[in-house]
Amino acid sequence: MVSLILILIASFLIMGIISRTKSIASGRKGPGIFQPMKDIFRLWRKGSIYSKTTSFLFQLAPTIYLSSVLMAILMIPFGEKPGIVSFSGDFVMFAYLLAIGKFMMIVSSLDTGSSFEGMGASREALFSMLVEPAFFILMGSLALFTGNTSFHSIFSALHYGSYVSYLLSALVTFLFVLIAMIENSRMPVDDPKTHLELTMVHEVMILDNSGFDLGLIMYTTNLKFALYGALIANFFIGSLPLFLSIPLFFLIQTGFAVSVGVLESFNARFRMSHNPEFIFMLTSLSILVFFGVLLILGKFF
Amino acid sequence: MKYIPVSNHQSVDLKLIPQLSYSEFRDVNVDLLFEAPERHCVNYFGVELDGELHLFSCIADDNSHEVNVSSTVVNPSVEYHSLTALNHNFENFEREISENFGIKYSDHPWLKPLRYPKNRFDQSSSIANHPFLRASGEELHEVGVGPIHAGIIEPGHFRFIANGEQIMHLEMQFGYQHRGIEDLFLKKRKLIERITLAENIAGDTTVGHTTAFVNLWENLSGFIPDYSLDFSRTVALELERIAIHTGDLAAICADIAYQLGNSVYGRLRTPIVNFMQEWGGNRLAKGLIRAGGINFPFTSELSLRLLEILKAFEAGFNEMSGKFFKLPSALSRMEKTGVIKYDQALEIGTVGNSAKMSGLMRDIRISHPFNLYKTAIQHTPIIKHHGDVYSRVQLRREEIWQSIGYLRTLMKSLPDSTTPPNWQLVPEPDKFIISLVEGWRGEICHCAITDSKGELEIYKIKDPSFHNWMALAQAVRNNDISDFPICNKSFNLSYCGFDL
Repeated sequence: MVSLILILIASFLIMGIISRTKSIASGRKGPGIFQPMKDIFRLWRKGSIYSKTTSFLFQLAPTIYLSSVLMAILMIPFGEKPGIVSFSGDFVMFAYLLAIGKFMMIVSSLDTGSSFEGMGASREALFSMLVEPAFFILMGSLALFTGNTSFHSIFSALHYGSYVSYLLSALVTFLFVLIAMIENSRMPVDDPKTHLELTMVHEVMILDNSGFDLGLIMYTTNLKFALYGALIANFFIGSLPLFLSIPLFFLIQTGFAVSVGVLESFNARFRMSHNPEFIFMLTSLSILVFFGVLLILGKFF
Repeated sequence: MKYIPVSNHQSVDLKLIPQLSYSEFRDVNVDLLFEAPERHCVNYFGVELDGELHLFSCIADDNSHEVNVSSTVVNPSVEYHSLTALNHNFENFEREISENFGIKYSDHPWLKPLRYPKNRFDQSSSIANHPFLRASGEELHEVGVGPIHAGIIEPGHFRFIANGEQIMHLEMQFGYQHRGIEDLFLKKRKLIERITLAENIAGDTTVGHTTAFVNLWENLSGFIPDYSLDFSRTVALELERIAIHTGDLAAICADIAYQLGNSVYGRLRTPIVNFMQEWGGNRLAKGLIRAGGINFPFTSELSLRLLEILKAFEAGFNEMSGKFFKLPSALSRMEKTGVIKYDQALEIGTVGNSAKMSGLMRDIRISHPFNLYKTAIQHTPIIKHHGDVYSRVQLRREEIWQSIGYLRTLMKSLPDSTTPPNWQLVPEPDKFIISLVEGWRGEICHCAITDSKGELEIYKIKDPSFHNWMALAQAVRNNDISDFPICNKSFNLSYCGFDL
């Protein structure tokens, strides 16, 4: 319950912090941190326009997208407090709930019959497919490390005993940040700011969405960000009492948002054809984590 | 003589231009371009004089610093062999002649409508059913972009044939703007109206096109501009070059999502265009260049101000460029992307930066000097050899440095006279004149013919984009479709300059 409320709060702020960071980094005044959320509220007050070539799928998809992410959030624990839903192997369900949402968005973008959106859908499908092994190898390694198989038990059992495990946790955090960047279609894989349809990944898939639906999709993106931030926070919260862990949670979320903003300010994005290579690199790094765990547990030989 | 050599903006009697038979005309012009990289076609157009259709071909020769003009008379009801079949330099020109006058070519490889003007010969051809090259087969797919541009700048349609993410072919189709500028030049008879038209041929090349017009008009009227006029035009041209090149660098940074470069280059452009406003009251230099005089003389206060602005600009520009040109993520996007080789550039007949990036020397400032480029400024063109996005970006950076240097040189010899514009310039009758100016994008060519009363018979405008769009189409082949925007931006060609 705690995690759901905290993630909802964080989702209202995270996009604003990213855009604020980017404004400051480029020497602009920029909008206030509530502006992205104000835009979403503005969209929610509007109706939607549907193209005649689309079917019910197109109208259904944004809602399913939002609900899939909300359901995934239910599984996120907060330190020692379990998520609303918690069972053995819940991280598998978590991954595929997110995948359902993504699948619906892909199908709905194909539904519009636009060649742009088709290209975006194929890119999104490819990148999501490639990033999946990285996530599972990471979660599998953590499960092996702690001997548990649910988010809650993994995170509450996560204690760092040796230097190697500190190294591992740093690596895991780094990988999660990058996975979050890919899953949320941010730099360096995708550029959410671009106006050029040919270079877009996620943005081009929602070109035909408008009004309320567009607001839903944009809010879901914020939620996903906060969700990944919460996962990362869980690596550090452990068994801290609430009065310490809640400020720490927001500190980590802010740090996450600021690092995203900084990463997006001082680099150019990748060439589209380099993206798969980059994502493969994440998988190989997560295999490193896996070997590290084997090393710590002495199961290597 | 089969052609007459004329200098840049030197008016000649119309009857001195040799009139050849079509086959001789074709041979002469194709021979001129055969294995001669120093020559290219700057203009080739048709005009109805005394009920007959005359074709004029202007082949610029960079070595002799002259333009070789020849002409022929054709009968629109006869089918001709095209020049394009022998040299692709003529492709767009012949498409234009065919579109306007209905001339049929038996062997033109790509005879499609060019820009759908209102007075086109075949009114049944329409932009809605442009004959695009079609792809067939299971693997290939077509992507149509436009006519509404993603950044809503100008209209143009791009049709890609792609194999997944890889571009196999790109065909562009323009002609959405139907302004009919060349006709307006004939209809609007006041000089101020014509200058205003020239200022608006392409919004980003106000100085370039206006300078081409006033150079042409003054020489057609036998007016010899004094130093102060040449000075202000040269200064304005170099300022425009700095401003637009800096803006382009900002836009290229935006396309590769390099935020810092985008905002810093964007900010650097502002003081330069603001200086234009300080000088002439308009950030795009509208109202600055006038025939026979100038409303806003360049004073010594302005000179001090400009030197101050350039100093601040240079410091900021060098700091930003030091970062941008060393940033691995940016370099990996630009290097080997959108390559045009020397041979391709030569075959297409590219001009300006789109030629210089591939090692092809095309710079009117040295080949057909005008204003102060023959005297106060000894211009050395900057040449790059890789023909990729990075070459185009480097070229911009170095041209900015060069322009700053030129401006500093010019500031050492300020003019003192102040002549108000002379609205009484009267063109001489039965003349032919061609005016070439190196705008920031490349060679701008204006051409005029006057009738026996000294009225304009035709006013022909050619923006560098007329040649260079084809270079973009060739450059993106086999590149990622997601790299198209950065290729497009690195060429930064004009839609309205093409549509006219």
